[in-house]
Amino acid sequence: MSKRGTFYLLIVPVILWLAVLIVIPHMDMMYRSFRLETDDGAMVYSLSNYLVFFQDQIYWLTFVKTAVYSIGVTVLAFIVTFPVAFYLTKVVKVSYSSFMTLLLLIPIWIGELVTVYGWMILLRDNGVINTFLMNIGLIDSPIEMLFTNFSMTIGLLYMSMLFMIIPMMSALDSMDDSLIEAASDLGASKWTIFRQIVIPYTTPGITSGGIIVFMLVIGDYVAPNILGGKSSLWFTEQIYNKFLESFNWNEGAAFGFLLLVLSSTIVWVALKLSGQKLEKVGS
Amino acid sequence: MIRTLPCSLPYLAGYRLYISLFYIFLILPLITICVLAFNDSNYIALPWKGFSLDWFFANTDDRLGLFKDADLLLSIWVSFKTGFFVALFSTLVGTTAALLFEQEQFRFKGALYFLALAPLVIPGVVLGLSILLSSTNAGVYIEETFGMDIELLRPSFWLVVIGQFSFAATYVMLLVGARLKKFDRTLEEAALSLRATRLQVIWLITIPFLRASIIGAFIVAFLISFSNFNTTIFLVGSDPTLPVDLYSRIKFSSTPVLNAVSFMVVAFITLSAILSFVFNRNKG
Repeated sequence: MSKRGTFYLLIVPVILWLAVLIVIPHMDMMYRSFRLETDDGAMVYSLSNYLVFFQDQIYWLTFVKTAVYSIGVTVLAFIVTFPVAFYLTKVVKVSYSSFMTLLLLIPIWIGELVTVYGWMILLRDNGVINTFLMNIGLIDSPIEMLFTNFSMTIGLLYMSMLFMIIPMMSALDSMDDSLIEAASDLGASKWTIFRQIVIPYTTPGITSGGIIVFMLVIGDYVAPNILGGKSSLWFTEQIYNKFLESFNWNEGAAFGFLLLVLSSTIVWVALKLSGQKLEKVGS
Repeated sequence: MIRTLPCSLPYLAGYRLYISLFYIFLILPLITICVLAFNDSNYIALPWKGFSLDWFFANTDDRLGLFKDADLLLSIWVSFKTGFFVALFSTLVGTTAALLFEQEQFRFKGALYFLALAPLVIPGVVLGLSILLSSTNAGVYIEETFGMDIELLRPSFWLVVIGQFSFAATYVMLLVGARLKKFDRTLEEAALSLRATRLQVIWLITIPFLRASIIGAFIVAFLISFSNFNTTIFLVGSDPTLPVDLYSRIKFSSTPVLNAVSFMVVAFITLSAILSFVFNRNKG
Protein backbone atom coordinates (compact mmCIF):
# COMPACT_ATOMS: atom_id res chain seq x y z
CA MET A 1 0.00 0.00 0.00
CA SER A 2 1.22 3.49 -0.79
CA LYS A 3 2.40 5.90 1.87
CA ARG A 4 -0.67 8.03 1.29
CA GLY A 5 -2.96 5.00 1.70
CA THR A 6 -1.34 4.04 4.97
CA PHE A 7 -1.78 7.59 6.22
CA TYR A 8 -5.52 7.40 5.56
CA LEU A 9 -5.66 4.00 7.22
CA LEU A 10 -4.27 5.64 10.34
CA ILE A 11 -6.21 8.87 10.34
CA VAL A 12 -9.70 7.67 9.42
CA PRO A 13 -10.38 5.58 12.57
CA VAL A 14 -9.03 8.38 14.76
CA ILE A 15 -11.20 11.01 13.10
CA LEU A 16 -14.24 8.73 13.34
CA TRP A 17 -13.58 8.13 17.03
CA LEU A 18 -13.22 11.82 17.84
CA ALA A 19 -15.98 13.12 15.59
CA VAL A 20 -18.65 10.56 16.39
CA LEU A 21 -17.97 10.04 20.09
CA ILE A 22 -16.54 13.35 21.28
CA VAL A 23 -17.39 16.29 18.99
CA ILE A 24 -20.93 15.47 17.81
CA PRO A 25 -22.23 14.34 21.24
CA HIS A 26 -20.99 17.52 22.88
CA MET A 27 -22.50 19.70 20.17
CA ASP A 28 -25.71 17.78 20.65
CA MET A 29 -25.55 18.43 24.36
CA MET A 30 -25.04 22.15 23.79
CA TYR A 31 -27.90 22.26 21.30
CA ARG A 32 -30.26 20.39 23.62
CA SER A 33 -29.42 22.71 26.48
CA PHE A 34 -30.99 25.61 24.57
CA ARG A 35 -34.18 23.74 23.67
CA LEU A 36 -37.45 23.86 25.55
CA GLU A 37 -40.59 21.78 25.11
CA THR A 38 -43.59 24.11 25.37
CA ASP A 39 -46.91 23.08 26.88
CA ASP A 40 -48.35 22.15 23.50
CA GLY A 41 -45.40 19.87 22.77
CA ALA A 42 -43.46 22.06 20.33
CA MET A 43 -39.69 22.49 20.66
CA VAL A 44 -38.42 26.07 20.74
CA TYR A 45 -35.12 27.81 21.46
CA SER A 46 -34.94 29.13 24.97
CA LEU A 47 -32.60 30.03 27.78
CA SER A 48 -34.96 28.66 30.39
CA ASN A 49 -32.83 25.59 31.17
CA TYR A 50 -30.08 27.89 32.34
CA LEU A 51 -32.50 30.24 34.10
CA VAL A 52 -33.65 27.32 36.24
CA PHE A 53 -30.08 26.92 37.40
CA PHE A 54 -29.67 30.55 38.41
CA GLN A 55 -33.13 31.01 39.90
CA ASP A 56 -33.22 27.92 42.07
CA GLN A 57 -30.81 28.46 44.92
CA ILE A 58 -30.13 24.77 45.55
CA TYR A 59 -28.63 24.31 42.08
CA TRP A 60 -26.04 27.02 42.10
CA LEU A 61 -25.25 26.50 45.77
CA THR A 62 -24.49 22.85 45.01
CA PHE A 63 -22.48 23.98 42.00
CA VAL A 64 -20.32 26.29 44.11
CA LYS A 65 -19.99 23.72 46.88
CA THR A 66 -18.88 21.05 44.40
CA ALA A 67 -16.25 23.38 42.97
CA VAL A 68 -14.91 24.44 46.37
CA TYR A 69 -14.84 20.87 47.73
CA SER A 70 -13.14 19.54 44.59
CA ILE A 71 -10.36 22.10 44.90
CA GLY A 72 -10.12 21.37 48.62
CA VAL A 73 -9.85 17.60 48.12
CA THR A 74 -7.19 18.15 45.45
CA VAL A 75 -5.09 20.26 47.83
CA LEU A 76 -5.63 17.71 50.60
CA ALA A 77 -4.57 14.90 48.25
CA PHE A 78 -1.36 16.77 47.52
CA ILE A 79 -0.58 17.33 51.21
CA VAL A 80 -1.29 13.70 52.10
CA THR A 81 0.53 12.06 49.21
CA PHE A 82 3.54 14.28 48.58
CA PRO A 83 5.52 12.92 51.57
CA VAL A 84 4.73 9.40 50.35
CA ALA A 85 5.93 10.13 46.81
CA PHE A 86 9.11 11.66 48.19
CA TYR A 87 9.67 8.75 50.56
CA LEU A 88 9.25 6.14 47.84
CA THR A 89 11.58 7.85 45.38
CA LYS A 90 14.25 9.40 47.59
CA VAL A 91 14.25 7.93 51.08
CA VAL A 92 13.37 4.24 51.24
CA LYS A 93 15.75 1.56 50.03
CA VAL A 94 15.39 0.96 46.31
CA SER A 95 14.60 -2.72 46.84
CA TYR A 96 11.51 -1.91 48.93
CA SER A 97 10.37 0.93 46.74
CA SER A 98 8.97 -1.07 43.82
CA PHE A 99 6.90 -3.34 46.05
CA MET A 100 5.54 -0.39 48.03
CA THR A 101 4.64 1.34 44.77
CA LEU A 102 2.82 -1.77 43.61
CA LEU A 103 0.69 -1.65 46.77
CA LEU A 104 -0.41 1.84 45.76
CA LEU A 105 -1.80 0.55 42.47
CA ILE A 106 -4.02 -2.11 44.01
CA PRO A 107 -6.77 0.20 45.36
CA ILE A 108 -6.85 2.00 42.01
CA TRP A 109 -7.60 -1.17 40.07
CA ILE A 110 -10.03 -2.56 42.63
CA GLY A 111 -12.27 0.31 41.68
CA GLU A 112 -14.27 2.92 43.43
CA LEU A 113 -17.44 0.97 44.13
CA VAL A 114 -15.69 -1.64 46.25
CA THR A 115 -13.46 0.78 48.17
CA VAL A 116 -16.33 3.18 48.87
CA TYR A 117 -18.32 0.22 50.13
CA GLY A 118 -15.40 -0.67 52.40
CA TRP A 119 -15.45 2.83 53.88
CA MET A 120 -19.17 2.55 54.39
CA ILE A 121 -18.68 -0.55 56.56
CA LEU A 122 -15.85 1.13 58.47
CA LEU A 123 -17.68 4.36 59.22
CA ARG A 124 -21.21 3.12 60.07
CA ASP A 125 -22.68 3.66 63.53
CA ASN A 126 -22.21 -0.06 64.20
CA GLY A 127 -19.18 -0.12 61.90
CA VAL A 128 -15.66 -1.26 62.58
CA ILE A 129 -14.23 2.06 63.80
CA ASN A 130 -17.09 2.87 66.18
CA THR A 131 -17.13 -0.68 67.57
CA PHE A 132 -13.39 -0.53 68.10
CA LEU A 133 -13.53 2.86 69.85
CA MET A 134 -16.37 1.69 72.10
CA ASN A 135 -14.60 -1.55 72.98
CA ILE A 136 -11.49 0.21 74.15
CA GLY A 137 -13.72 2.57 76.12
CA LEU A 138 -12.81 5.78 74.37
CA ILE A 139 -16.43 6.64 73.59
CA ASP A 140 -19.79 5.52 75.04
CA SER A 141 -22.05 5.96 72.06
CA PRO A 142 -21.18 5.80 68.36
CA ILE A 143 -19.88 8.95 66.69
CA GLU A 144 -21.95 9.76 63.65
CA MET A 145 -19.45 9.58 60.79
CA LEU A 146 -21.30 8.06 57.87
CA PHE A 147 -23.56 10.26 55.72
CA THR A 148 -21.69 13.44 56.57
CA ASN A 149 -19.35 15.75 54.70
CA PHE A 150 -16.54 14.04 56.59
CA SER A 151 -17.25 10.57 55.24
CA MET A 152 -17.75 11.99 51.76
CA THR A 153 -14.38 13.73 51.90
CA ILE A 154 -12.66 10.54 53.07
CA GLY A 155 -14.22 8.61 50.19
CA LEU A 156 -13.30 11.22 47.59
CA LEU A 157 -9.76 11.49 48.93
CA TYR A 158 -9.25 7.74 49.04
CA MET A 159 -10.41 7.07 45.51
CA SER A 160 -8.51 9.95 43.93
CA MET A 161 -5.26 10.58 45.84
CA LEU A 162 -3.31 7.64 44.44
CA PHE A 163 -3.64 9.07 40.93
CA MET A 164 -1.55 11.99 42.17
CA ILE A 165 1.35 9.94 43.55
CA ILE A 166 2.36 8.34 40.26
CA PRO A 167 3.02 11.55 38.24
CA MET A 168 4.76 13.14 41.24
CA MET A 169 6.97 10.07 41.59
CA SER A 170 8.01 10.16 37.96
CA ALA A 171 8.91 13.86 38.32
CA LEU A 172 10.90 13.15 41.50
CA ASP A 173 12.58 10.15 39.89
CA SER A 174 14.14 12.29 37.18
CA MET A 175 15.44 14.79 39.75
CA ASP A 176 19.15 14.53 40.43
CA ASP A 177 19.88 13.83 44.12
CA SER A 178 23.03 15.92 43.94
CA LEU A 179 20.88 19.06 43.79
CA ILE A 180 19.62 18.29 47.27
CA GLU A 181 23.09 17.26 48.46
CA ALA A 182 24.60 20.50 47.18
CA ALA A 183 21.94 22.61 48.88
CA SER A 184 22.40 20.67 52.09
CA ASP A 185 26.19 21.11 51.97
CA LEU A 186 25.69 24.84 51.61
CA GLY A 187 23.66 24.83 54.79
CA ALA A 188 20.10 25.06 53.49
CA SER A 189 17.43 23.91 55.92
CA LYS A 190 15.00 21.11 55.00
CA TRP A 191 12.22 23.62 54.51
CA THR A 192 14.33 25.75 52.15
CA ILE A 193 15.37 22.70 50.13
CA PHE A 194 11.77 21.60 49.95
CA ARG A 195 10.43 24.99 48.89
CA GLN A 196 13.18 26.15 46.57
CA ILE A 197 14.35 22.92 44.95
CA VAL A 198 11.98 20.00 45.36
CA ILE A 199 8.70 21.78 44.75
CA PRO A 200 9.77 23.73 41.63
CA TYR A 201 11.28 20.57 40.21
CA THR A 202 8.12 18.54 40.85
CA THR A 203 5.67 21.16 39.53
CA PRO A 204 4.90 19.32 36.25
CA GLY A 205 4.06 16.15 38.19
CA ILE A 206 2.01 18.06 40.74
CA THR A 207 0.05 19.80 37.99
CA SER A 208 -0.82 16.71 36.01
CA GLY A 209 -1.60 14.74 39.15
CA GLY A 210 -3.66 17.60 40.51
CA ILE A 211 -5.70 17.87 37.32
CA ILE A 212 -6.42 14.15 37.27
CA VAL A 213 -7.49 14.21 40.93
CA PHE A 214 -9.62 17.30 40.42
CA MET A 215 -11.39 15.82 37.39
CA LEU A 216 -12.07 12.56 39.20
CA VAL A 217 -13.48 14.33 42.23
CA ILE A 218 -15.64 16.91 40.45
CA GLY A 219 -17.10 14.27 38.14
CA ASP A 220 -17.63 11.66 40.83
CA TYR A 221 -21.01 10.34 41.78
CA VAL A 222 -20.44 7.23 43.87
CA ALA A 223 -18.65 8.65 46.93
CA PRO A 224 -20.96 11.67 47.46
CA ASN A 225 -24.02 9.55 46.81
CA ILE A 226 -23.14 6.57 49.01
CA LEU A 227 -21.02 8.18 51.73
CA GLY A 228 -22.46 11.71 51.74
CA GLY A 229 -25.63 12.59 53.58
CA LYS A 230 -28.63 14.70 52.64
CA SER A 231 -26.59 17.85 53.19
CA SER A 232 -23.69 16.79 50.98
CA LEU A 233 -25.29 17.11 47.56
CA TRP A 234 -22.91 16.92 44.60
CA PHE A 235 -23.57 18.59 41.27
CA THR A 236 -23.31 15.30 39.38
CA GLU A 237 -26.15 13.95 41.52
CA GLN A 238 -28.39 16.70 40.22
CA ILE A 239 -27.43 15.86 36.65
CA TYR A 240 -28.25 12.19 37.26
CA ASN A 241 -31.58 13.16 38.77
CA LYS A 242 -32.49 15.28 35.75
CA PHE A 243 -31.74 12.38 33.43
CA LEU A 244 -32.71 9.26 35.29
CA GLU A 245 -35.45 10.45 37.65
CA SER A 246 -37.25 13.51 36.33
CA PHE A 247 -36.42 12.72 32.67
CA ASN A 248 -35.88 16.38 31.90
CA TRP A 249 -33.08 15.83 29.39
CA ASN A 250 -32.91 19.42 28.20
CA GLU A 251 -32.24 20.74 31.68
CA GLY A 252 -29.86 17.84 32.27
CA ALA A 253 -27.94 18.81 29.13
CA ALA A 254 -27.70 22.41 30.38
CA PHE A 255 -26.40 21.21 33.75
CA GLY A 256 -23.91 18.89 32.08
CA PHE A 257 -22.69 21.76 29.96
CA LEU A 258 -22.29 23.95 33.05
CA LEU A 259 -20.24 21.22 34.75
CA LEU A 260 -18.03 20.95 31.67
CA VAL A 261 -17.51 24.73 31.59
CA LEU A 262 -16.74 24.78 35.32
CA SER A 263 -14.19 21.96 35.21
CA SER A 264 -12.53 23.23 32.01
CA THR A 265 -12.21 26.73 33.46
CA ILE A 266 -10.59 25.53 36.66
CA VAL A 267 -8.22 23.21 34.77
CA TRP A 268 -7.34 26.05 32.39
CA VAL A 269 -6.58 28.41 35.28
CA ALA A 270 -4.46 25.73 36.96
CA LEU A 271 -2.49 25.19 33.74
CA LYS A 272 -1.93 28.94 33.32
CA LEU A 273 -0.86 29.41 36.94
CA SER A 274 1.69 26.62 36.75
CA GLY A 275 2.80 27.40 33.22
CA GLN A 276 1.98 23.90 31.94
CA LYS A 277 0.31 22.62 28.78
CA LEU A 278 -2.45 20.04 28.45
CA GLU A 279 -0.16 17.99 26.20
CA LYS A 280 2.09 17.52 29.22
CA VAL A 281 -0.69 16.28 31.48
CA GLY A 282 -1.06 13.14 29.44
CA SER A 283 2.54 12.10 29.62
CA MET B 1 16.59 13.90 54.03
CA ILE B 2 17.54 11.58 51.19
CA ARG B 3 19.34 8.25 51.13
CA THR B 4 22.81 9.71 50.86
CA LEU B 5 22.40 12.34 53.56
CA PRO B 6 22.42 11.61 57.28
CA CYS B 7 19.43 12.85 59.23
CA SER B 8 18.25 12.92 62.81
CA LEU B 9 16.63 9.82 64.25
CA PRO B 10 13.38 11.49 65.42
CA TYR B 11 12.88 12.91 61.93
CA LEU B 12 13.30 9.53 60.30
CA ALA B 13 11.12 7.81 62.90
CA GLY B 14 8.40 10.39 62.45
CA TYR B 15 8.56 10.02 58.69
CA ARG B 16 8.30 6.24 58.92
CA LEU B 17 5.35 6.53 61.27
CA TYR B 18 3.54 8.76 58.78
CA ILE B 19 4.20 6.32 55.93
CA SER B 20 2.92 3.42 58.05
CA LEU B 21 -0.24 5.34 58.90
CA PHE B 22 -0.73 6.12 55.22
CA TYR B 23 -0.50 2.45 54.27
CA ILE B 24 -2.87 1.49 57.08
CA PHE B 25 -5.35 4.06 55.76
CA LEU B 26 -4.93 2.51 52.33
CA ILE B 27 -5.40 -1.10 53.37
CA LEU B 28 -8.00 -0.70 56.13
CA PRO B 29 -11.16 -0.74 53.96
CA LEU B 30 -9.83 -3.65 51.90
CA ILE B 31 -8.96 -5.79 54.92
CA THR B 32 -12.33 -5.04 56.50
CA ILE B 33 -14.23 -6.22 53.45
CA CYS B 34 -12.15 -9.36 53.13
CA VAL B 35 -12.63 -10.36 56.77
CA LEU B 36 -16.35 -9.61 56.87
CA ALA B 37 -16.95 -11.68 53.74
CA PHE B 38 -16.50 -14.72 55.99
CA ASN B 39 -18.71 -13.46 58.82
CA ASP B 40 -21.55 -15.81 59.79
CA SER B 41 -24.11 -12.99 60.02
CA ASN B 42 -27.05 -11.57 58.10
CA TYR B 43 -25.80 -8.00 58.40
CA ILE B 44 -22.97 -6.44 56.45
CA ALA B 45 -21.09 -5.06 59.46
CA LEU B 46 -19.91 -6.22 62.89
CA PRO B 47 -20.29 -8.00 65.31
CA TRP B 48 -18.22 -10.99 64.31
CA LYS B 49 -20.29 -14.14 64.65
CA GLY B 50 -17.87 -16.81 63.52
CA PHE B 51 -16.41 -18.10 60.28
CA SER B 52 -18.71 -19.12 57.46
CA LEU B 53 -18.65 -19.62 53.72
CA ASP B 54 -22.40 -19.02 53.49
CA TRP B 55 -22.07 -15.80 51.53
CA PHE B 56 -20.23 -17.67 48.82
CA PHE B 57 -22.15 -20.95 48.63
CA ALA B 58 -25.41 -20.87 50.63
CA ASN B 59 -28.81 -21.00 49.02
CA THR B 60 -31.35 -20.73 51.83
CA ASP B 61 -34.34 -18.49 52.55
CA ASP B 62 -32.37 -15.67 54.11
CA ARG B 63 -28.95 -16.25 52.56
CA LEU B 64 -28.08 -16.32 48.89
CA GLY B 65 -24.36 -16.79 48.32
CA LEU B 66 -22.35 -15.30 45.49
CA PHE B 67 -22.01 -18.51 43.48
CA LYS B 68 -25.77 -19.22 43.75
CA ASP B 69 -26.88 -15.71 42.86
CA ALA B 70 -27.65 -15.84 39.13
CA ASP B 71 -28.15 -12.07 38.79
CA LEU B 72 -24.83 -11.29 40.37
CA LEU B 73 -22.97 -13.90 38.33
CA LEU B 74 -24.59 -12.48 35.21
CA SER B 75 -23.44 -8.94 35.98
CA ILE B 76 -19.90 -10.20 36.59
CA TRP B 77 -20.01 -11.94 33.22
CA VAL B 78 -21.37 -8.81 31.53
CA SER B 79 -18.50 -6.81 33.05
CA PHE B 80 -15.94 -9.27 31.71
CA LYS B 81 -17.50 -9.15 28.24
CA THR B 82 -17.70 -5.35 28.28
CA GLY B 83 -14.11 -5.10 29.47
CA PHE B 84 -12.90 -7.41 26.73
CA PHE B 85 -14.56 -5.52 23.88
CA VAL B 86 -13.63 -2.10 25.28
CA ALA B 87 -10.02 -3.24 25.62
CA LEU B 88 -10.02 -4.70 22.11
CA PHE B 89 -11.46 -1.64 20.35
CA SER B 90 -9.57 0.94 22.36
CA THR B 91 -6.28 -0.90 21.88
CA LEU B 92 -6.83 -0.92 18.12
CA VAL B 93 -7.83 2.73 17.80
CA GLY B 94 -5.54 3.98 20.57
CA THR B 95 -2.50 2.35 18.97
CA THR B 96 -3.52 3.77 15.60
CA ALA B 97 -3.78 7.21 17.18
CA ALA B 98 -0.36 6.84 18.80
CA LEU B 99 1.20 5.95 15.43
CA LEU B 100 -0.61 8.83 13.77
CA PHE B 101 0.41 11.50 16.28
CA GLU B 102 3.98 10.31 16.81
CA GLN B 103 4.96 9.54 13.24
CA GLU B 104 2.84 11.46 10.75
CA GLN B 105 2.86 15.14 9.91
CA PHE B 106 -0.32 16.76 8.67
CA ARG B 107 -2.35 19.96 8.91
CA PHE B 108 -4.40 20.54 12.06
CA LYS B 109 -2.41 17.87 13.87
CA GLY B 110 -2.27 19.99 17.02
CA ALA B 111 -6.02 20.52 17.06
CA LEU B 112 -6.74 16.83 16.50
CA TYR B 113 -4.31 15.83 19.25
CA PHE B 114 -5.99 18.27 21.60
CA LEU B 115 -9.34 16.59 20.86
CA ALA B 116 -7.84 13.17 21.48
CA LEU B 117 -6.69 14.36 24.91
CA ALA B 118 -10.03 15.99 25.70
CA PRO B 119 -11.51 12.88 27.40
CA LEU B 120 -8.94 13.42 30.19
CA VAL B 121 -10.61 16.68 31.13
CA ILE B 122 -14.25 15.83 30.42
CA PRO B 123 -16.08 14.51 33.48
CA GLY B 124 -17.27 10.93 32.92
CA VAL B 125 -20.82 12.02 33.65
CA VAL B 126 -20.75 14.51 30.78
CA LEU B 127 -19.30 11.94 28.35
CA GLY B 128 -22.05 9.48 29.29
CA LEU B 129 -24.92 11.90 29.00
CA SER B 130 -23.74 13.45 25.74
CA ILE B 131 -23.38 10.05 24.10
CA LEU B 132 -26.81 9.09 25.41
CA LEU B 133 -28.31 12.26 23.90
CA SER B 134 -26.63 11.79 20.54
CA SER B 135 -27.43 8.13 20.15
CA THR B 136 -31.05 8.70 21.14
CA ASN B 137 -31.35 11.54 18.64
CA ALA B 138 -29.82 9.39 15.92
CA GLY B 139 -32.10 6.49 16.83
CA VAL B 140 -35.23 8.64 16.68
CA TYR B 141 -34.12 10.17 13.39
CA ILE B 142 -33.45 6.79 11.75
CA GLU B 143 -36.71 5.38 13.00
CA GLU B 144 -38.70 8.34 11.66
CA THR B 145 -36.91 8.51 8.32
CA PHE B 146 -36.28 4.86 7.45
CA GLY B 147 -38.66 3.11 9.82
CA MET B 148 -35.80 1.03 11.26
CA ASP B 149 -35.30 0.43 14.96
CA ILE B 150 -31.61 0.17 15.74
CA GLU B 151 -30.92 -1.62 19.01
CA LEU B 152 -27.38 -0.26 19.21
CA LEU B 153 -28.57 3.30 19.65
CA ARG B 154 -30.65 2.62 22.73
CA PRO B 155 -29.11 2.04 26.18
CA SER B 156 -27.71 -1.45 25.79
CA PHE B 157 -24.62 -3.59 26.10
CA TRP B 158 -23.01 -2.15 22.96
CA LEU B 159 -23.74 1.44 23.89
CA VAL B 160 -21.87 0.87 27.16
CA VAL B 161 -18.95 -0.53 25.17
CA ILE B 162 -18.98 2.52 22.88
CA GLY B 163 -19.18 4.95 25.79
CA GLN B 164 -16.29 3.38 27.69
CA PHE B 165 -14.26 3.07 24.51
CA SER B 166 -14.58 6.82 23.89
CA PHE B 167 -12.20 7.61 26.76
CA ALA B 168 -10.30 4.33 27.21
CA ALA B 169 -8.77 4.90 23.75
CA THR B 170 -7.11 8.08 25.07
CA TYR B 171 -5.32 6.15 27.80
CA VAL B 172 -4.14 3.51 25.32
CA MET B 173 -2.89 6.26 23.02
CA LEU B 174 -0.85 7.81 25.84
CA LEU B 175 0.60 4.50 27.05
CA VAL B 176 1.60 3.28 23.59
CA GLY B 177 2.69 6.77 22.54
CA ALA B 178 5.10 6.99 25.49
CA ARG B 179 6.82 3.81 24.30
CA LEU B 180 6.81 4.95 20.67
CA LYS B 181 8.79 8.08 21.66
CA LYS B 182 11.72 5.75 22.41
CA PHE B 183 11.57 4.06 19.03
CA ASP B 184 14.67 4.38 16.85
CA ARG B 185 13.34 5.58 13.52
CA THR B 186 16.47 4.61 11.62
CA LEU B 187 15.14 1.03 11.79
CA GLU B 188 12.19 2.15 9.71
CA GLU B 189 14.38 4.06 7.31
CA ALA B 190 16.49 0.95 6.79
CA ALA B 191 13.40 -1.11 6.03
CA LEU B 192 12.02 1.55 3.70
CA SER B 193 15.28 1.74 1.78
CA LEU B 194 15.05 -2.02 1.36
CA ARG B 195 11.73 -1.40 -0.36
CA ALA B 196 9.33 -2.34 2.37
CA THR B 197 6.05 -0.44 2.14
CA ARG B 198 4.99 1.85 4.96
CA LEU B 199 2.35 -0.66 6.07
CA GLN B 200 4.88 -3.51 6.11
CA VAL B 201 7.20 -1.39 8.22
CA ILE B 202 4.46 -0.71 10.77
CA TRP B 203 3.37 -4.34 10.86
CA LEU B 204 6.81 -6.00 10.87
CA ILE B 205 8.93 -3.51 12.79
CA THR B 206 6.99 -0.91 14.76
CA ILE B 207 4.25 -3.17 16.18
CA PRO B 208 6.66 -5.88 17.42
CA PHE B 209 8.68 -3.11 19.12
CA LEU B 210 5.50 -1.90 20.82
CA ARG B 211 4.19 -5.35 21.76
CA ALA B 212 4.74 -5.16 25.51
CA SER B 213 3.20 -1.71 25.80
CA ILE B 214 0.22 -2.74 23.65
CA ILE B 215 -0.46 -5.72 25.93
CA GLY B 216 -0.07 -3.45 28.97
CA ALA B 217 -2.48 -0.93 27.47
CA PHE B 218 -4.99 -3.70 26.74
CA ILE B 219 -4.96 -4.70 30.42
CA VAL B 220 -5.27 -1.09 31.58
CA ALA B 221 -8.22 -0.52 29.23
CA PHE B 222 -9.87 -3.69 30.56
CA LEU B 223 -9.46 -2.53 34.15
CA ILE B 224 -10.73 0.98 33.33
CA SER B 225 -13.83 -0.59 31.84
CA PHE B 226 -14.27 -3.12 34.64
CA SER B 227 -14.44 -0.45 37.34
CA ASN B 228 -16.26 2.31 35.46
CA PHE B 229 -19.52 3.57 36.86
CA ASN B 230 -19.97 7.26 35.99
CA THR B 231 -20.23 6.89 32.23
CA THR B 232 -21.81 3.44 32.27
CA ILE B 233 -24.86 4.37 34.35
CA PHE B 234 -26.25 6.57 31.55
CA LEU B 235 -25.82 3.97 28.83
CA VAL B 236 -26.67 0.75 30.59
CA GLY B 237 -29.67 -1.22 29.37
CA SER B 238 -31.31 -4.28 30.85
CA ASP B 239 -28.07 -6.11 31.66
CA PRO B 240 -26.10 -4.16 34.30
CA THR B 241 -22.33 -4.35 34.67
CA LEU B 242 -20.89 -5.31 38.05
CA PRO B 243 -20.36 -1.72 39.33
CA VAL B 244 -23.93 -0.78 38.38
CA ASP B 245 -25.28 -3.90 40.06
CA LEU B 246 -23.14 -3.31 43.17
CA TYR B 247 -24.32 0.28 43.35
CA SER B 248 -28.00 -0.59 43.34
CA ARG B 249 -27.44 -3.32 45.92
CA ILE B 250 -25.49 -1.01 48.23
CA LYS B 251 -28.23 1.59 47.88
CA PHE B 252 -31.30 -0.59 48.19
CA SER B 253 -30.62 -4.11 49.45
CA SER B 254 -27.27 -4.66 51.07
CA THR B 255 -26.58 -8.19 52.26
CA PRO B 256 -23.15 -9.62 53.12
CA VAL B 257 -23.01 -11.09 49.62
CA LEU B 258 -21.59 -7.64 48.76
CA ASN B 259 -18.66 -8.45 51.02
CA ALA B 260 -18.17 -11.74 49.19
CA VAL B 261 -18.13 -10.09 45.75
CA SER B 262 -15.81 -7.36 46.98
CA PHE B 263 -13.53 -10.00 48.46
CA MET B 264 -13.35 -11.73 45.08
CA VAL B 265 -12.49 -8.45 43.33
CA VAL B 266 -9.83 -7.57 45.92
CA ALA B 267 -8.33 -11.06 45.75
CA PHE B 268 -8.34 -11.11 41.96
CA ILE B 269 -6.67 -7.69 41.62
CA THR B 270 -4.12 -8.31 44.37
CA LEU B 271 -3.16 -11.67 42.93
CA SER B 272 -2.73 -10.28 39.40
CA ALA B 273 -0.69 -7.37 40.76
CA ILE B 274 1.64 -9.72 42.64
CA LEU B 275 1.93 -12.01 39.63
CA SER B 276 2.85 -9.13 37.33
CA PHE B 277 5.39 -7.95 39.94
CA VAL B 278 7.09 -11.34 40.18
CA PHE B 279 6.94 -11.80 36.42
CA ASN B 280 8.51 -8.42 35.71
CA ARG B 281 11.22 -8.90 38.32
CA ASN B 282 12.26 -12.26 36.95
CA LYS B 283 12.36 -10.83 33.46
CA GLY B 284 14.35 -7.76 34.46
